[in-house]
Amino acid sequence: MAVETHRLVQPGRRAGWAFHDSRHRLGALFMLPAAAILLVFLAYPLGLGFWLGLTDTKIGEAGRFIGLGNFISLAHDTVFWLVVFNTMFYTVVASIVKFALGLYLALLLNERLPFKSLLRAVVLLPFVVPTVLSAIAFWWIYDSQFSIISWVLIRLGLIHRYIDFLGEPWNARWAVIAANIWRGIPFVAITLLAGLQTISPSLYEAATLDGASAWQRFRHITLPMLTPIIAVVMTFSVLLTFTDFQLIYTITRGGPINATHLMATLSFQRAITGGYLGEGAAIADAMVPFLLAAILFSYFGLQRRRWQQGSRD
Amino acid sequence: MNDLTRRDVLKAGVATTAAVAGAGLMPETAQAAWTGQPEPNAALRVLRWKQFVQGDIDSFMASTKKFTEQTGIKVRVDTESWEDVRPKAAVAANVGAGPDIIIGTNDDPFKFPEKLVDLTDLADYLGGKYGGWYDTCRAYGTQGRRWIALPQGVNVSCINYRISAIKKAGFEKIPEDLPGFLKLCQGLKSTGTPVGFALGHATGDANNWTHWCLWTHGGKVVDAKSNVTLDAPETVAALEYAKQLADTFIQGTLSWQDPSNNKAFLAGELGLTGNGISIYVVAKNSTDPALKAIAADMDHARYPIGPAKKFTEQNLTLSAFVFKYSKYPKAAKEYLRFMWEADQYNDWLIKSNGYISQPLKAYANNPMWTADPKNTPFRDGADRILVNGYAGPLGYASAAVMGDFIVVDMFAEACSGTQPPKAAASRAADRAKRYYLV
Repeated sequence: MAVETHRLVQPGRRAGWAFHDSRHRLGALFMLPAAAILLVFLAYPLGLGFWLGLTDTKIGEAGRFIGLGNFISLAHDTVFWLVVFNTMFYTVVASIVKFALGLYLALLLNERLPFKSLLRAVVLLPFVVPTVLSAIAFWWIYDSQFSIISWVLIRLGLIHRYIDFLGEPWNARWAVIAANIWRGIPFVAITLLAGLQTISPSLYEAATLDGASAWQRFRHITLPMLTPIIAVVMTFSVLLTFTDFQLIYTITRGGPINATHLMATLSFQRAITGGYLGEGAAIADAMVPFLLAAILFSYFGLQRRRWQQGSRD
Repeated sequence: MNDLTRRDVLKAGVATTAAVAGAGLMPETAQAAWTGQPEPNAALRVLRWKQFVQGDIDSFMASTKKFTEQTGIKVRVDTESWEDVRPKAAVAANVGAGPDIIIGTNDDPFKFPEKLVDLTDLADYLGGKYGGWYDTCRAYGTQGRRWIALPQGVNVSCINYRISAIKKAGFEKIPEDLPGFLKLCQGLKSTGTPVGFALGHATGDANNWTHWCLWTHGGKVVDAKSNVTLDAPETVAALEYAKQLADTFIQGTLSWQDPSNNKAFLAGELGLTGNGISIYVVAKNSTDPALKAIAADMDHARYPIGPAKKFTEQNLTLSAFVFKYSKYPKAAKEYLRFMWEADQYNDWLIKSNGYISQPLKAYANNPMWTADPKNTPFRDGADRILVNGYAGPLGYASAAVMGDFIVVDMFAEACSGTQPPKAAASRAADRAKRYYLV
């Protein structure tokens, strides 16, 4: 009997395992296309980028491994450090202003307004226009000889000569930041608006009955409830600003005297225009720690969700 | 030159041949008979720089079509902006696949000379038939004694100026010496028609005038052995001169890109700038009376000569090269020969409005250069330039120094007062060393 039982159990167990195995196999099979795409289009280029940063590869010529040679060279490169400063300044200022104005716009659009749908569509416009086209428009707006801003201000008698928007380093930095803000606000505003609409009105009603002021309602209801979406929006906003290329390349090409060069544009200039792929890749690699920091910010920001759902933070 | 007819073009061809024979311009090597026999059933892919003048590509494509009709060889021509041709050429060389022929810029073929078909027989044939190659074009085409590329021409930059403006400043023509030129620019500034030379990351315009200024003062990025020699008194002298010149500039030149001076000149804001013939062509062909008036009131001149005591201009040079991976190298050479022959090349020169100047001396006889005297200063561009990376060899480092705007940034730092000239030269030398030492 024992033998028979054993025989009876064994096939059953085998069948269970086979099913279990096949489920796993099926799952793995379903994941294969996604994994292949991630490997081929994300992991491989990223790995290759890291590898190139450790070589002296030039376009069209196989390089050799030089360890941290590119990074050591960059550490002594004044242009590189200027560009790191430019990138940080550009990202921090543009991201903060985009967040502040985006949140303000989202709060406004969340109110009962006439033509609300139309206004929301209008707010999205800067995001809809292709970046290169808006960059060319800004290039004209900031032109040292033909700027519409300068023209209007002169006509109004407020200034007497055209403003040198792009020919003076600090003017140029502020000018490209303004262009980035204009282009980036819709993304922040519309996403935060979506977040605002998920907050239950009953919370506001209860707070109003308790005599909470508008500021208190914002501070103690809106802001905490919006925190997860703010974390996501700001992560993307910081990432997109930090890696900006098109606006700079079209408006200034990194000038004047590299004052608006960002790490992405310098990487392109050295790798593609200059032909030194290894050094260009090293500059791109140097962006990774900053990008990782932004992702970690998002990760820890999202953890707060647990607290909002009643768990411990 | 819209005034020229096909008859003029044919005459140009005859004149070219007659001039070469009559003037006793013996070829650099005795003219070899061309015996190229294309492979049967050949088909070619050509990648070239994207046109700036419509007549250029129209003529180029018409001649290509004629070649196909005569030989049966199909040719597909793709165009890219010349900054994009460079990486594509390098990748093609690296992977061993791509266009059969690429027409690229400056140092391109010197990055992968061993991957290119030897064009010596073709260059000797053309040089022998058309009066020889200009020295700088020979330098852009040869490595040692071997021709690795066939120079197509030079995109010449000249001084573009308003005739009335320089007269108002007390000058009849552009001075040919540096002090005189500075005095003219100061005069132009004081009479309200300032000067403008690009100091932004303008690949063409900014590199053109800053290299001229550096070289004409005797400065250079490297010596013949590729030692970086930028941190030198000659460079400082060039930067000090440029600083004085920059005081006469219209505002905003630190941000100028290639189209900026064209716009400012055509808007009547500038008395003088450095540019190709494109400003004049646009003004002349315009129906706008204001632009027509500018065309009538403008002219061109060579850049002045400084302590170097020779022409030291820097211009983009275009060259065609054939890859060894091509299945049809003989057909490719036959195509290049056809396109460089007088019938096609003269037509192309005329339709391009002088945007490109010839690499072969006989084509200087094209009537387009003299039919309108304002074209003439562009004619001998190839005789006035120094090769990129002078006085060192052409290659990765010379291309990278230009691609990274090292000379332009050095001038921008000095001209803006961001750095004293000595410090700007030293910083630029450090940047250049990184490329020449790799």
